[in-house]
Amino acid sequence: MSEAVLEEPIFRAVPRWRQLLRRLLRNPSAVAGGAVLLILILLAAFAPLIAPYDPFKISPAQRLTPPGALHWLGTDEVGRDLLSRIIYGTRYFLLICAVTASISASIGTVLGLVAGAGSSLTDGIIMRMIDILLAFPYILMVLVVVAILGPSLWTGMAAVGIAGIPGYARLVRSTVLTVKAEDYVVSVRALGASEAEILFRTVLPNVLSPLIVYLSFATPLAALLASALSFAGLGTQPPAPEWGAMLVNSRTFLFSAWWAVAAPGTALFISIFGMNILGNGLRDVLDPRS
Amino acid sequence: MTMPSPRHDGPLLDIRDLRTQFGSGPGTVNAVQGVDLRIAPGEIVGLVGESGSGKSVLALSIMRLIQKPGRIAGGEILFDGRDVLAMSARDLGRWRGRDIGIIFQQPQGCLNPVRRIGWQVAEPLRQQERLSRKGAWDGAVALLRSVGIPAPEEKALAYPHQLSGGQAQRVMIAIALALRPRLLIADEPTTALDVTIQAQILELLRDSCRHAGTSLLLVTHDLGVVARLADRVAVMYAGRIVEDGPVATILDHPAHPYARGLLRAAPRLGQSGGERLQDIPGGIPDLSRPAAGCAFAPRCGRRASLALARCLEEMPPLDPVARDHRLRCWATPDATGDGP
Repeated sequence: MSEAVLEEPIFRAVPRWRQLLRRLLRNPSAVAGGAVLLILILLAAFAPLIAPYDPFKISPAQRLTPPGALHWLGTDEVGRDLLSRIIYGTRYFLLICAVTASISASIGTVLGLVAGAGSSLTDGIIMRMIDILLAFPYILMVLVVVAILGPSLWTGMAAVGIAGIPGYARLVRSTVLTVKAEDYVVSVRALGASEAEILFRTVLPNVLSPLIVYLSFATPLAALLASALSFAGLGTQPPAPEWGAMLVNSRTFLFSAWWAVAAPGTALFISIFGMNILGNGLRDVLDPRS
Repeated sequence: MTMPSPRHDGPLLDIRDLRTQFGSGPGTVNAVQGVDLRIAPGEIVGLVGESGSGKSVLALSIMRLIQKPGRIAGGEILFDGRDVLAMSARDLGRWRGRDIGIIFQQPQGCLNPVRRIGWQVAEPLRQQERLSRKGAWDGAVALLRSVGIPAPEEKALAYPHQLSGGQAQRVMIAIALALRPRLLIADEPTTALDVTIQAQILELLRDSCRHAGTSLLLVTHDLGVVARLADRVAVMYAGRIVEDGPVATILDHPAHPYARGLLRAAPRLGQSGGERLQDIPGGIPDLSRPAAGCAFAPRCGRRASLALARCLEEMPPLDPVARDHRLRCWATPDATGDGP
């Protein structure tokens, strides 16, 4: 047997991102989750064109109308069209996802990188700070931040974003520590790369895939928490058509007008479930062990 | 591009009494305990010994790649007259890659899984030689071709998991030789490879080094590899060099009982089928409890037959026994003549 036979190239040079996309499209979980996310984005972008009514328009004559031909999802206690409010609510949902994820991921990643790559002293200081954050229950920490800053959409998002920092920091730190011990890092060091070059050109690219997977799982959880905050009256304030806030108003009518609770609840469920299965698909595709 | 530094008369690499330890306090493991080794320009030196003898630690120590809790505890490493142990991080960065390179046992683990092969070969050219993106890429493709990668333009776009082990080791050789170092350390370069590929990789290593005048320190436990490639052999046992000399002398008339044992334990072509391979009784000593005498003494048959008390009490020095041939043994001259 010659080497040519043993080492026959069994690949064609396909760019990595295109390969990833192809594998994602073959993954049913990723496709379903991606479809949910795409629909959310389209609804948010074209809400004024799609929504049949003004989401803020009060019509006392039509209060608590059950779902029907005029109002597909019914109306709430002041006669606002629920479908329109759900559609506008996608804007809040996506905004909350984007803002909380940006806050947690950016600060958490930087802290994790510094902790994982720095001296044992900086590592110790950062991780003890993170431990202190983690020692408080998630929801309690959010409540404290909101209590300090006052309840509103933006403080709610800031609070949820800050509460998410420890998760990212710990993930990035532990990944950096694992990657730092890999043979390819030693090889690059043996070629004369400086520690900074190693961190940014070799270690960081290897941290990205677990980071993306974590992002897709942590973001819907953060959105759920932000909705819970609105539900408790500490986040988005009525009359904004945020799903959590919508649930608060309608819960008093749960037995007489179930649709007013079911509509925002189902919207939350589908959105979060969709992002979770997208995360599942991403993990399967990005994890080289799978 | 770069001017070779003025060549210093004498060995390219001169290691004196190098000691590397892991940990501290009572459990300290003395993995390398006083190694003296010289490598001349263009020379191929084989470093042999069984697992745990400190070969790989020595290889990493030479490049100052020992990570905590390990540390170089003493000795000197002179590279072309420059004191490696005194180099700053900046000097070290410039020295590594340009003057000295290393390849490891597991080629696939040594390639970054998320970067293209071509990028990884081009990276040292860009970072160290300050070549342009395009120039470095072309250089990478040329290097891949020179180590025998078929269709290098295409392969440069591949990712490490798309390569076989043999190809990955060729890529590692291309990367290590990209900056034309003057010394290449190969730490068990073929151990993880298919037997049919091993010979090709060894040939490539030898030819590349001979062609560029690069010295090669070949770390291996395979005496066949040494016989095929090396000019000189150093035999390592328990963190020390126990015998060192020209390849013909060591392989045909080893003087140290351990070297003789290694040879008897290795299968040879042409050996009659009925002959059994002999192993060396016992195991390697505990490196955290250094013995007073020769580290091999407890396993040494010759010491037992000669009943030498000195072997257990006093460490023998690494003394010349002939021109270019050094030996660390008390139970010497009578044995040098009779082959294995």
